[in-house]
Amino acid sequence: MAKYSVVKTAPQKFKRDQIILYIALLPVILVMLLPVIYIIFHAFKPVDELFAYPPKFITLRPTLDNFRSLFEVADVSSWPVSLRLFNSLTSTAAVVTATVLMSASAGYVLSKKNFKGKHALQQINQAALMFVPIAVAVPRFLIIRQLGLMNNFLAQILPQLAMPVGLFLVQQFIDQIPDSLIEAAKLDGCSDYGILFKIVMPMIKPAMATVAILSFQQAWTATEASQMFIDSEKLKTFAYFVASVTAPTGNSLAGQAMAAAAALITFVPTVLLFIIMQSGVVNTVAHSGIK
Amino acid sequence: MERIKKFANKYSHWILLSPFLICFVLFILLPIVCAVFLSFTQYDTVQAPRFVGLSNYLTLFTGDREFMQYVLPNTIVYALIVGPGGYVLSFLLAWLLSQLTKWPRTILTIVIYSPSVLGAVAQKVVWGVIFSGDRVGYLNSMLLSLKVIEQPVLWLTSSRFLMPIMILVGLWSSMGVGFLALVSGIMNVDGELYEAAAIDGVRKRWQEILYITIPAIKPQMLFSAVMALVGTFNSPGMGVALSGSNPTPGYAGQLIVNHMDDYGFLRYEMGYAAALSVVLLILVWLFSRVAYRLFGEKE
Repeated sequence: MAKYSVVKTAPQKFKRDQIILYIALLPVILVMLLPVIYIIFHAFKPVDELFAYPPKFITLRPTLDNFRSLFEVADVSSWPVSLRLFNSLTSTAAVVTATVLMSASAGYVLSKKNFKGKHALQQINQAALMFVPIAVAVPRFLIIRQLGLMNNFLAQILPQLAMPVGLFLVQQFIDQIPDSLIEAAKLDGCSDYGILFKIVMPMIKPAMATVAILSFQQAWTATEASQMFIDSEKLKTFAYFVASVTAPTGNSLAGQAMAAAAALITFVPTVLLFIIMQSGVVNTVAHSGIK
Repeated sequence: MERIKKFANKYSHWILLSPFLICFVLFILLPIVCAVFLSFTQYDTVQAPRFVGLSNYLTLFTGDREFMQYVLPNTIVYALIVGPGGYVLSFLLAWLLSQLTKWPRTILTIVIYSPSVLGAVAQKVVWGVIFSGDRVGYLNSMLLSLKVIEQPVLWLTSSRFLMPIMILVGLWSSMGVGFLALVSGIMNVDGELYEAAAIDGVRKRWQEILYITIPAIKPQMLFSAVMALVGTFNSPGMGVALSGSNPTPGYAGQLIVNHMDDYGFLRYEMGYAAALSVVLLILVWLFSRVAYRLFGEKE
């Protein structure tokens, strides 16, 4: 009987038997990666290569023309694309900052404080993990209208702030901090606010990074608010602009190249951010289990 | 000043909790309550809601032919394939990755994760061109040159291909945070467990996975399942985005979400759209019950 060797998780060195794993992964990696590579090539294609038949996958003479025409094209309301980018940047920055702070402070309370209703709140938030925002688009629209936030830039920000997954991950992460540490700080006369900012937050940086990246992804690609809550073209986001550029020109090749350029602009920051923070994210989701 | 400080310290937990709580109530809890309430009314956003009892639901299940014939079956088929399918796929990938050395593992994790961050817009750009219906669409031109087809196929506007393409795109973009949780869960399984199992007679990889890995990471499995579920139900604007029309051609790619948009924002029948929301929320809840049954520890 062939000798059975126990599985080796996270091996230190490359061994020959890993080759079969790579072979198994190869088709998946290709499917995952090809569309992304394709977008990169397409975004830099000059006009003659765009119209080449049969279509070429690889770009031979890369050019920035598509980006130029993307920024030159003035849409119906003649607001420049740079304004859309600015809107996206500000709303995303606001969403990320607020979500991280809110999740951290709520996570601290739900993890370390004792008060009536705490357990119920934990349960509610855990149930809210399965909340599907898209399902309540209609009532959200009505609430935004009732609050008088139609056509207000705040409508880009507020609906995205409460993120059950974010709170859940932060809370599970804070659970790992020993209570004795918090008690010691209390004995030294530290208030809850002091404990949160000086002790807890420095210790939960990986979890905060994870919340930051999740809310960034959501806010940076969000189109719902621009679509439903905001009429003024001036206040709409870049992601929405990309969607509207691709809609009517979807079948024209030049439009597609421009859309690819726009997609690249939305895609690159998200992936870069994830690459920078991925070790923190992996560290955080290790504590993600639902018991 | 002193009084304010005292108050702030005494109620610090509610103060720290309040920003999250307020947003949670306003944009998650209230919308759900509101959807349930509106589902029993007729409301066109101009006149006040008029109570109509169960008539929206009655229409939904008996009068709305599109709903029973296309929308509900589509949604269930899509959810059954992309949800559990994407979930099993992400487990297998996570397991394969956990057997690699550090750098390849990190890089491939990023590669597999990246489609899920593209966002609906960018996804549409990529797949829209690949499946473009003219001769210059990548798939068409490839199949034409291989002589598999003689005429370009209208992939995205034909009712035959739209659904399979949506499922493909759904699976492609389903390796999100749940996938990451599985990777890091499998990485953290105690190696001694496997050795102990080998002594107890485990001789196959699949036995290891079934009897050691999965039980050891049950909590991550559950978290990941819930995330897969939310991802599945939250993303399917794809059919409308890809085909460029709502309703989708022949209702082939119509999911509850699209039907809801159609009634809510195109026909302004908010009450009926709210009833659809409620059905969708119940569907999500039912699916998650299954996940909790499988991996939860309490029940």
